[in-house]
Amino acid sequence: MKAPIRGRTEPPAGLLRRIDAVLRAAFPTLATLGLLVLAAVPVGAPGLVMAVCLPTVFFWTVFRPAAMPPPAVFGIGLALDLLTLAPLGSGVLVLLVAHGITQRFRGFLVRQSFLAVWLVFGAVAVGAAALAWVLTGLLTWQLPPTMPAMHQVGISAGLYPALAWLLTRAHRAMQRADG
Amino acid sequence: MIRLSIPLRQALARLSLPVLIAAAFGTMLLGKADTLLVERTRMVLADTLMPIWTAVQQPVGAVQNAVREAQSLWEIRAENERLRLENERLHRWQATALALESENALLRRQLAWIPDPAPQFFTARVVADGGGTYARAVLLATGGQTPARKGQVALDERGFVGRVTEVGSRSARVLLATDINSRIPITLENSRARAIMVGNNAARPRLQHWPEGQAPREGDRVVTSAEAGAFPAGLPVGVVRWTESGAPEVELFARLDRLDVVRLFDFGLTGILPPESVARPEPRQRR
Repeated sequence: MKAPIRGRTEPPAGLLRRIDAVLRAAFPTLATLGLLVLAAVPVGAPGLVMAVCLPTVFFWTVFRPAAMPPPAVFGIGLALDLLTLAPLGSGVLVLLVAHGITQRFRGFLVRQSFLAVWLVFGAVAVGAAALAWVLTGLLTWQLPPTMPAMHQVGISAGLYPALAWLLTRAHRAMQRADG
Repeated sequence: MIRLSIPLRQALARLSLPVLIAAAFGTMLLGKADTLLVERTRMVLADTLMPIWTAVQQPVGAVQNAVREAQSLWEIRAENERLRLENERLHRWQATALALESENALLRRQLAWIPDPAPQFFTARVVADGGGTYARAVLLATGGQTPARKGQVALDERGFVGRVTEVGSRSARVLLATDINSRIPITLENSRARAIMVGNNAARPRLQHWPEGQAPREGDRVVTSAEAGAFPAGLPVGVVRWTESGAPEVELFARLDRLDVVRLFDFGLTGILPPESVARPEPRQRR
């Protein structure tokens, strides 16, 4: 056995290390916020911002819950409501409820195949769209059309595989970095 | 960081979701109670993100152009045929227009007609979709020194797009004519009947409240009406189409799904704005 290399003791947690740790922990949230901003770029499909938001929050809640704590979900929801013209607070509540429900079943979901998780996400997306529809109706006091809600379910369920592929990569890279 | 004992931390973690859900309801109340604060926060956020969107706009625009180019190459024969026919038709119309223009000038001279002043306008780029699931709006990069003002009318190269409802220092939000809160007073050009064009978040807004016995006819041209002092009369809006279920809709001239540049016209009008977008428009700045 080799003698341990002598050197200086590990420096106490300095500012840079702390910043590094915070950034690592905040990466999923920041990346989601960045994705939201990019989703607002007009490409001819309105409502993309919400549709991008839900799969990301769902994915991190299932596979890396530490990276998506409720305060982060709250912040993302607030950004969502402010970026779009949705009544303030509706996006926050929808995302928090989706997050809470997903978290409850996450032990079951982690062990399932991709297809099963996708199906469950579809159900979550339907629920989220229904809740958003009800909230929009209550807060603006007029009956919102149902077509956009269905569009939103379709787009977010359709985007889930692509986003999940990307996020799985990020998740693996983060696992490797954690050691 | 504050050190907490593990059970306390777990209890806090368990509590945070219900507390935040309560906070979400609080946010809803706040959003209902102080619309001005929400509007300001939205515009500050839009102003902050404007540089990012402006930067992203370039590559995205390039890709979209390339796709359109490829499509037009694909359809070049059919397009050519269509353009040839349209050109013939337009030549006939040009002759008519020239004749009418000279006749109009002659009549105006006889009537001592006072022409409308030419409106000021400036051009702004659409950089972000500002609507969401239940709203149709776009964000414009106004560049700071250009005088964007609430109540200005936005047109693209073909026709009416919407109205400016929120103004920041570098950005402005335009509520599109298709938004569910959009109510536009219009005139049917053939019968001169007034009606209201009501947005429903779909591509074609509906027509409502036309006078008894003057139902809009398929193919009627729709232009804005000066009633309520929100618009000048005669801006091109679209063409009436009846749906199969028997409701009149307006096929807009403007291509709202591919807006990239709009012109903002300042007609100096101070008519009503939708109630959601905060009472009155600001008065035009004097110079």
